[in-house]
Amino acid sequence: MSANLLKQLFFTMLRIRRVEEKIVELYPEQEMRCPVHLSIGQEAVAAGVCAALSPTDAVLSNHRAHGHYLATGGDLNKFLAEMYGKATGCCQGKGGSMHLVDLEAGFMGSAPIVGGTIPVAVGVAFGALMQKLEKAVIVFLGEGTTEEGVFHESLNFASLKKLPIVFICENNFYSVYTGLEERQPAGREVYTLANAHNIPSFQGDGNDVEQVYRMSLEAVERLRRGEGPTFLEFKTYRWLEHCGPNYDNHIGYRTEAEFEEWKATDPIQKTRTQLLEAGMTTAAEIEEMEAAIATEIDAAVTFAKTSPFPEKDLLFQHIYAN
Amino acid sequence: MQTVQPQIARSEDPKPQRELTFSEAIREALTQSMAADSSVYVMGEGVPDPKGIFGTTLGLREKFGAERVLDMPVAENGMTGVAIGSALMGMRPVLTHQRVDFVLLAMDQMVNNAAKWHYMFGGKLSVPLVIRVVIGRGWGQGPQHSQSLQAWFAHVPGLKVLMPATPYDAKGLLISAIEDNNPVIILEHRWLHRIFGAVPEQMYRVPIGKARTLREGSDVTIVSTSYMTLEAMRTAEILAKDGIDAEVIDARSLKPIDTEHILASIRKTGRLIATDAAWKTLGFASEILAIAAEEAYGQLKCPPKRITLPDVYAPSSPAIANHYYPRVVDLANAARTMLGYPEQTEAEMGIQQETPLDVPDSSFTGPF
Repeated sequence: MSANLLKQLFFTMLRIRRVEEKIVELYPEQEMRCPVHLSIGQEAVAAGVCAALSPTDAVLSNHRAHGHYLATGGDLNKFLAEMYGKATGCCQGKGGSMHLVDLEAGFMGSAPIVGGTIPVAVGVAFGALMQKLEKAVIVFLGEGTTEEGVFHESLNFASLKKLPIVFICENNFYSVYTGLEERQPAGREVYTLANAHNIPSFQGDGNDVEQVYRMSLEAVERLRRGEGPTFLEFKTYRWLEHCGPNYDNHIGYRTEAEFEEWKATDPIQKTRTQLLEAGMTTAAEIEEMEAAIATEIDAAVTFAKTSPFPEKDLLFQHIYAN
Repeated sequence: MQTVQPQIARSEDPKPQRELTFSEAIREALTQSMAADSSVYVMGEGVPDPKGIFGTTLGLREKFGAERVLDMPVAENGMTGVAIGSALMGMRPVLTHQRVDFVLLAMDQMVNNAAKWHYMFGGKLSVPLVIRVVIGRGWGQGPQHSQSLQAWFAHVPGLKVLMPATPYDAKGLLISAIEDNNPVIILEHRWLHRIFGAVPEQMYRVPIGKARTLREGSDVTIVSTSYMTLEAMRTAEILAKDGIDAEVIDARSLKPIDTEHILASIRKTGRLIATDAAWKTLGFASEILAIAAEEAYGQLKCPPKRITLPDVYAPSSPAIANHYYPRVVDLANAARTMLGYPEQTEAEMGIQQETPLDVPDSSFTGPF
């Protein structure tokens, strides 16, 4: 992988991490008055997948979507303003953290019903195919979603019609506080489910951004050749609680030791070391990246905090489209 | 083809016109909409099969090809999501279900996504989606093939809910629904599919959100939906024999509901019967009474009345199903009571039941 590409992936991951750390820092102010599902620890999947896309491609996601939105190129100001419920937010304050959209970036929407956006993404791919548009569609889903009926309904149809879609499964082992062993049979890997639908499926290290990128690129290239969907499972780990800004290893559903084991595979730290050891970057260059990100985030926070709240009339707008 | 009585469709054109069945009118609406707009496509379990959804989709695949006239996997929820996604890309899907009972599997996509996508993303995208839903009755269809769940859909902001009762409205409302930029659910009563009525050949639209007065009268207002509109029209004829002048308003659109049109009639007659072949509790008829209570309380001459299904399920056996559905006699007696007339039996009203109560007409011999 070229130094430039790896640096770009590193930057994307770092930016997502710093944005979410800022949310952690500011959340106690009680001004961001919506649930937040943070993806700290999982940034490599968002960064690696989205780097394989073109600007005309489409991305849909779920409740834990901040990283996907930002990696797709979603506007940071509009994102933070949405968190603050402001009129300048990407949904004008109607969606909050769990509903993000930036059509200019190709981010067609994230929504929090588990499995809810999967068939919609398949439909976007179907619509693109019907209109003979060259478009790759990516849908991010968690491993819990593979327990939903609609997941299988969606894969069946995507396979039937050879639709241009890649299913990205982030397997972080937990659905809220419920471990995988309580939800899925032992000895069955998640990615094998897609094989039953005759969809090529692969498993990778979700904390290895280079591997995520390579596997995604291969899937997207297959799709562009008209060969249909691919399913990719990336194992990764959610550092923070399911919903909220805190660590929760002490409450008893997982162990500190398990967390530490995963933290040691931090994709950002790993890539930083790799870049430095290969001489692809310098500590000074990374400092510059950090400074640029910090400046951008500070400006976005200021934008969000100083933006106006929506007017009361907005409550009644957008029930029906004209 | 046998004419199925009664023909209640009234053309808005005074000249004599050709007649179509309700299902032919639907097929013509689909044909014209697909010809006019290449983004319209039709999908559903059985759409291209030899029965063609009660005849409504017959011949469409031959005309428009397999890419625009699709069967689908037995996956109501997933395929509703697929239709939504394609609509986000600018397609105009018409999704079809042969029973409303199957649609319950798709409530997640309909309520959580189709209804809200425009709102929850701040108006950035819209979902031009039509969902045709057949509602059933008779021939022992039983608890899971006979439900009428229009109130479920109409409760949800962002959905539009239509129930045409005439071939004219079946065509005009479907064309309007396909051209609408929102998710629209059309409930088609299977006992209406074979009724006849005047239907203009050109591509015309019936506006969504507008009720229609099918019969003017001064004594009592009957607000009806779907098949109950036929029963209401028959009731008006029966009542007229005793000099009771009933006004029949076919609601046509349950959401948005034409409150002003309905209220104007209630204010005129001062008496209200709301009838809907669905459960009474929290249903459409209840909504009409609530509107009357809030907006026309002072003009009501007597308590209004709901004529609906009881809050139980449709049994299969005709022996008990015959007691399930409200009929002309129930509507007529409600009106008679309001106007101080004694109740009558069907025989006294001169109603002769020529066909068994579990079929719409004598030509219907099952099995589906």
